[in-house]
Order: sequence, then structure tokens, then C-alpha cells
Amino acid sequence: METTYSQIKRISQLLSSKQISCTELTQKYLEKIHAENPVLNAYVKVTDDVALETAKAVDQRIQRGDHLLPLEGVPMTLKDNISTRNIETTCCSKILSGYTPIYDATVWELLQNQNTVLLGKTNMDEFAMGSSCETSCFGGAKNPHNTDYVAGGSSGGGASAVAGNLAAFALGSDTGGSIRQPASFCGIVGLKPTYGSVSRYGLIAYASSFDQIGPITTSVEDAALVYDAISLQDSMDSTCRGGSPASMTLMDDIKGMKIGIVKEYFAGIRDDVRAQIDQAIQVYESLGAQIVRLSMPEIKYGLPVYYILACAEASSNLGRYDGIRYGYKTAHYNDINEMVRKTRSEGFGEEVKHRILLGTYVLSAGYYDAYYKKAQNLRGMIVRSFQNTFQNCDVILAPTVPMTAFQSGSAVKDPVETYQTDLCTVPVNIAGLPAVSIPCGFDSKGLPVGLQIIGNSFCEATILNAAYQYEAATRTETFQAVNMGVQL
Amino acid sequence: MKYELVSGLETHVELSTNTKIFCSCTTEFGGEQNTHCCPICIGLPGTLPKLNEKVVDYAIMAGLATNCEISPISKMDRKNYCYPDLPKAYQISQYDMPLCKNGYIELSNGRKIGITRIHIEEDAGKLIHQRGNTYVDYNRGGVPLIEIVSEPDIRSVEEAREYVEKLQMIMRYIGVSDCKMQEGSLRCDVNISLRPVGQEEFGTRTEIKNMNSFTYMEKAMRYEISRQADLLDSGEAITQETLRYLVEEDRTESMRGKEDANDYRYFREPDLVTIEVSQEKIDYFRSILPELPDPKRHRYVEELGLPETDAAMLVKYRKIAEYFEAACQEVSNPKVVANCIIGQVFRRVENETEKEAFQISIPPQYLRDLVLLLDQGKIKMNLLKSTLEKMLDTGKPASELISESDMGGIDEDTLHQLCSEAIANNPNAVADYLGGKEKALKSLLGHVMKNSRGRADAVEAEKLLIQLANETK
Repeated sequence: METTYSQIKRISQLLSSKQISCTELTQKYLEKIHAENPVLNAYVKVTDDVALETAKAVDQRIQRGDHLLPLEGVPMTLKDNISTRNIETTCCSKILSGYTPIYDATVWELLQNQNTVLLGKTNMDEFAMGSSCETSCFGGAKNPHNTDYVAGGSSGGGASAVAGNLAAFALGSDTGGSIRQPASFCGIVGLKPTYGSVSRYGLIAYASSFDQIGPITTSVEDAALVYDAISLQDSMDSTCRGGSPASMTLMDDIKGMKIGIVKEYFAGIRDDVRAQIDQAIQVYESLGAQIVRLSMPEIKYGLPVYYILACAEASSNLGRYDGIRYGYKTAHYNDINEMVRKTRSEGFGEEVKHRILLGTYVLSAGYYDAYYKKAQNLRGMIVRSFQNTFQNCDVILAPTVPMTAFQSGSAVKDPVETYQTDLCTVPVNIAGLPAVSIPCGFDSKGLPVGLQIIGNSFCEATILNAAYQYEAATRTETFQAVNMGVQL
Repeated sequence: MKYELVSGLETHVELSTNTKIFCSCTTEFGGEQNTHCCPICIGLPGTLPKLNEKVVDYAIMAGLATNCEISPISKMDRKNYCYPDLPKAYQISQYDMPLCKNGYIELSNGRKIGITRIHIEEDAGKLIHQRGNTYVDYNRGGVPLIEIVSEPDIRSVEEAREYVEKLQMIMRYIGVSDCKMQEGSLRCDVNISLRPVGQEEFGTRTEIKNMNSFTYMEKAMRYEISRQADLLDSGEAITQETLRYLVEEDRTESMRGKEDANDYRYFREPDLVTIEVSQEKIDYFRSILPELPDPKRHRYVEELGLPETDAAMLVKYRKIAEYFEAACQEVSNPKVVANCIIGQVFRRVENETEKEAFQISIPPQYLRDLVLLLDQGKIKMNLLKSTLEKMLDTGKPASELISESDMGGIDEDTLHQLCSEAIANNPNAVADYLGGKEKALKSLLGHVMKNSRGRADAVEAEKLLIQLANETK
């Protein structure tokens, strides 16, 4: 079987054929992390002991001749908003400094059952609020393609780690594009699964009706493998019913597949990005897909709907950080009100405060109808618009971001312009749909461009199949810049 | 009084499910602080609520028992406010789509008090103030509650009390709550306004929070009514505000005014899915609903011939009513059973808690067997009473305490002999009786009963004693 693009399968083969031990492999990754992370700032915590302990257990199983599980022994990372028992989990916020969960997130439990090797926790925008990873209290993660540029956000650390070969895969979370956008900026694969296919239990909430955990990988097949491992029904998350397997159907022919091109996704797109997307469309045509030109006028409400609803939920979700039970607590105070006020004023960063204030405002008596309620109605419209669109096509092709990675420090200057980068990613979160971002060439500065493939609910297999076919047809050209895996 | 009271109640009832509303922690009252807790009910980051199906079931039963419609579709909402006893900074409750609505409770005066809605929600933790510090105990956090909101239909303090008593009785009957006010498993907020008699329009209302005893609720209401009446008399306006009742001073005090009212910023709880209740489910719960106190009382009076007051005493606690009904099986005169329970058994269960639990030494079958002996004419009423006392003392059935010969009663000659002995051996009592002391006759009768070991027919014996005493003249 040709599995040349799957780093996970390659590692699995090397381990089971005893060409390298899991301990050696893990040590190589850890050495590389300790050498390169000071520049990339992808990891905010490296868990050497946890990683080596798991590696040892995997080696013992290999010695015994046990059959390896699909993700067994694969070194990976978790975004710092995924709860890990006994390992500090901070959402890269000062307010959660020192907070060590007493329970494991369901996804981490599932990965531990497979003996995956946790290298550490990766950098993110504070509470996943941001598009550059720079609102992190640890400073932003850098783009391995050019360290003057951001890795994107909010799962910037995971994307930087995977693109920089500091991990074989990462789990991120995507609320408005936080997996796909950094994957696009870093030239790798990022899958935002259907809302309700992966458990959110243990994912520290930003916006509960949008948040979804998903994989960041170097290949489509890896994304499918990780998706299959984590998309299980979970009794701890009432909104999670699990997904159907995607990794077994990647080789399916896409002849006759109807690919929708929705013009609103191309509004404001930079020319050099557009050129790469157009080329990708041609590739699909050459593979026998049928291109359908469509329009979804409702898409233009995506950004305001997203920012109103996500901030409303965030203002509620972040109310619990008061310094009483865990995390940061202000040093000096006279009474409880002052303690809570100072703790929150000192513990939260600017962007988080913006969103809490905005969210509180839109839910307030007198403003609720004009903002929250109206946004909810528009959310329904966008959902219906996608439903109609998927009557006319199987998948939608779009840019992931209308641009490429921006220079470090430029995002903070104009927050509203930064919000615009989410234009193409938020509609999917609003409608709860699955979407994958895959690399499709480079811009004039040599920075990666991302192609987004959007599917109907629970159609991960369809979009990953489409992504895989594109990857197979183009990989030699577009993936050369990505250094595959640790030098073995 | 020239003003009419307009009052509505919000009653919180803690449900007696084994586990909390959103996690599997125990709901048991008490326990060492913060030991009935888990990551979910202390709201650790990343945790999600998981709705306990039993809570929905219990609330449906509460709704059906109070004549409510059950919503086929409802949802949970977040009520946002910041307080240390609320670890998520929001309470998961129901805002605009409650599980039950449009019910009523009928009072003894025939008036129906409308129930606007019943919704489910989680309780908060408890703050403990000690040595100048404040501590928080989350054991109660996440205990399921229903909030029963009445229409402003209550017109007197007595009606308010009866309404809450009826709610308490019904909730206990259907087994969804123990409704112990002193433990806080039933507590009320009382809304009060006055209007001139004859006026349609409501006056400005105030709300007294957290009444946890009937006595204090009545006192607080009476105080607040007279306070408002005084203000209205002197031409002053009532301020819409939330009050607390100060027990020691017997007065209400403002907690916050209308302008300080919390903006709860309700919105749909995104972590929980829509609650769907099928018609089959509603039908099922309707079918298993026990007979409620009012219809039961009615039946006791109409069908069993009990006096209204006796019937009311028996139906007040479900276990007592069940005991009574079990003891009535095959008995020709249920009134005897009722008298045994009210007269003799009640003396052994003194307080409310004991009546609620109603754990007594003999099963209802023992009482029934005893009363059947009376029915069959094998024993007389006085032997029944004395035997019942012995049964309650020992837990033994009547068959072990009275012999066949006891049941045979005594013949006329023996009775005559016993009475003659009593007269002969107690000349002083006889003299007293003949001197006009009626009581002395009872003492003579006592001797006869004692010597006959209760078998003598008291009525016959008394007649005979009178005759024999007069003969000694």
C-alpha cells in the first residue's frame, strides 16, 4: 500500500519493524523541541517525563510482539485548552496560571488508550481568542516557513509544531477557524470536524456552540486517522454523537463529484491567493469533478453573527474565573468584590476583555433583541443556506483565508481588520459543518496558501476523500517545502 | 381592612433524586463539606453538564400532580450572575420554555390558585461564615430543584399557608421531594402587593426572599401587609424591591431595589440538547401517579364514611394513608381502623418527621387481623384497645397476645360473679357511688375488667354493677 504521505503510518511501520524504538524516536523529538522551540515558541510546556514513560510502555509492548494500535507510539501535542490531568492547562492565560486539572479531557483519554506519546502542550491565543496566536500570555508562536511571520491562530502552537516537525500531529480546537487558519498559514492539514462528532468534554470552553476539537497533521490521511480515533460518542458530552470513519474511503474516485464554488467566499481575496485556488479548481476538474458556480448571500453576515454569538457565550463561559477556586488570584484586596474585579482585570488579556465586554453587552436587557436574538435568527438563515447549497453540490471549495500569514506584531494594530481574516472560516462554525484546510501552493513571498473543502454535516469522509485526491495529484509540487518528519 | 392582598409565590422544591442534576454525585443532605462534589458540579474548566433523566421524570410528575400541561419540547438556559456559591457564574435553569405550565392547586375554600409554570434548575452551594472568614461548601451545588411559580391569585395569609402546605403534601405524596422546610428542601419567595378593595389593577409589589418556615412566612407576610397598608394610608408609594425577613426583629428589610435588579442575561445553554417529552411518557407518568390527598380524603369521607377531620388526618402523610388502607382490607367498619390509628398509633409518632416516615412496630395486617376479631364478635372494643397497646409495645400479632378463651368472652353467670365480687370487695366505692359520685362506678368497672382480663362486655357489666350496688342499699 502506498502510504508515503502518512507520517503516522510511517512511524508505526518503523516502530513495529523495530527500525527505531519509541524511546529513541521520542528522544529525537524532544531534542528537536528543546533546540528549536526557543525560536518557534510552539510549545508552552514540554512533558518529557510523560512522553518517555509512554514510550517505554510502547517499547515493552513491541518487545512482547503486541500488535500496535493505529496511533500507538506516535509523538504528538495537545493545545493548551485541552484538560490533562496533573499537567498544567492554562489556555495561555495568566488567569489560569498554575491550574492543573484533576481530570482528563475525553480526547486525551482516547489518545492515552492508544498509547500516543504526549510531547507537550502547545501555544494558542488566550482562551482561543485571536487569529495570530499573539494574544497568548506566553507570546505568539512563529511560522516555521518564515519566523518573522505568525503561525496563525488560535491553534498556532500546534500548527507551528507540526509544520516545524516538532510533533507528528497536534490536536487543536476550532471555534471560528482556529484549526484551519493556522494550518493554512503553516502549509499543513487542519480538520474542523462536524459539531458533535468529537467530544468537547475537557476542552476549556470559549464558545460552546461553536467549539470543536480536531487534528492538525502533515497529510490528509493522518487527519483521517486521528479523526477516526477521536470521533466517538461520549456520554460526558450531550452534544456529541460521534462521527463515521473517514480513513478507509480516501482512495475513492471523485469522478462526477459536484464541487460548489460559492462566489461570496472570494470577496476580498488577495490575487496571489486566488490564483492558487483557481489552480486547485483546475486540478479537481482534471480529476473528473464537476464544478458548480453558486451564491450564498447570507455568508456576508457570518462575521457579525460569529462575533456576537461567540462573544455572548464566552462572556458566560469565562465568568467562573474569579480567583476563588483555582488559577490566578490578585495579591491585594479588601473584600470579595475587589478580589474578583482585580483578579479578572489583571488575569485576562486585552482581547479576552474586549470579547467578554462585547458578549455581556449583546446579552444585556435592552440590547438582547437587537444583537443576540437577531444574530441567532441569522445563524438559522446561514444554516439553511448551507442546506440548500448542499442540494446542488457535494462539497464546497473555498480559500481557507483570503490571504497568507501576516507579519508578527501586525495583528494587534487593527483588530477589526484581523477579524476579517476569519471571513471564510466562520460560516462553517456557525452551521456546525466539517471543513478541512489543505496546502495548495505558495504566495509571492513563499508563504503557504490554504484550500478549504467544506462538507455537509457528518460528511468528513467526503471532504477528506476530496482532499486526499487533490493531495495525491499535487503533492510533489506543493509539499516540497515541508520537511517530512524527524530525520530518521 | 380596606385593602385586598394580592400575592403570588415562587416555591423551590429540592427533588429527592439519588444523584445531582448534571453529574452523578450524591444529593444526600449533610456530609462533610465539599465531599459530595466532582469536576462537573464544582464547574471546573472544560466540564460539561449531563442532564439526569430522573430530574425530568420527577418534574413531569410534579406537573401532572398540580394539573399542569407538560411541554413536549423544552430547553435549558443559563442564568448568569456572579456569586461565590455559584462556581460556573451561571445557574443552569429554564427561562422561556419551562417543562410544565398552566396548572393549579385547589384550596379548601374552593378557590383555585393558578400555577404559571414549573421549571427545573440546579441549586447553588452554601456560604459558611466563620471567624470573620467566608467559606463555601459545594455539596448542595447541583442538587436538582423545581421552581413552582404561582399566579398572583392568593388573597390571604391563610391561603398562602394552605397553598404551600398542599404543595408540600402533594410533592411528598408523589415521592419527588421530602419538602423539609427546616433543611431547605422547600423554600418560598413571597410576592406581596395591596390594592383597595374593588380595584382591578394590581398595586406595586415587593418580594420577600427565602421563607423557610410556615410560621416565619405568616409573620413576614403579616408584617409586610401592615407596612404596605400604613404607607398607602399615609399616601406614600410602595417601592418595588426585594426584601429579607429579620426573624428576631419581626420585620422586613430591603435587600435591593428595582434598579439594582440583576440582569441575568439569559440565553440557551449550549452544552445541553433540547428536552423532548413524548406523549407516551406523559401518559405513563399519569398512569403511575398515586391517588392524591384531595381525592383520597374525599373518598374516605364518601365511601368509607369517615368524618372529614379524621380523613384529613389520615391523608396528610402518604405512608399513613397507605397503612390505613392496608389495614382496612376486608374490614367491615373502616372507622374502627381509623380510630385505632388516630387514637392509639398517633400517640407513638409525635412529630412531623416521624409521621412522614411512619415506622411503627406492627405491620398493617396485624391491625387488620385485630379489627377482624371485633368484626367477628370474638372480642369487645375494650379488649381490642388493650391488645393494640400490647401489640404496639411488643410488635407481636394479636394471636400471640390473646388466647382462644379470651376471645370467647364470658358467660352471664361469670359476669354476675365478677360484678358481685367487685361490689363486695369495694364497699367504699359502692358507698361513694350511692352517695352520688359517678366516678366510683368506673372504678368498680375497672375491677371487673381487670379480673376478666378484658373479656367482659363493659356495657353489660356497668348495667349489672348499677343494679347490684342499688341492691346493697
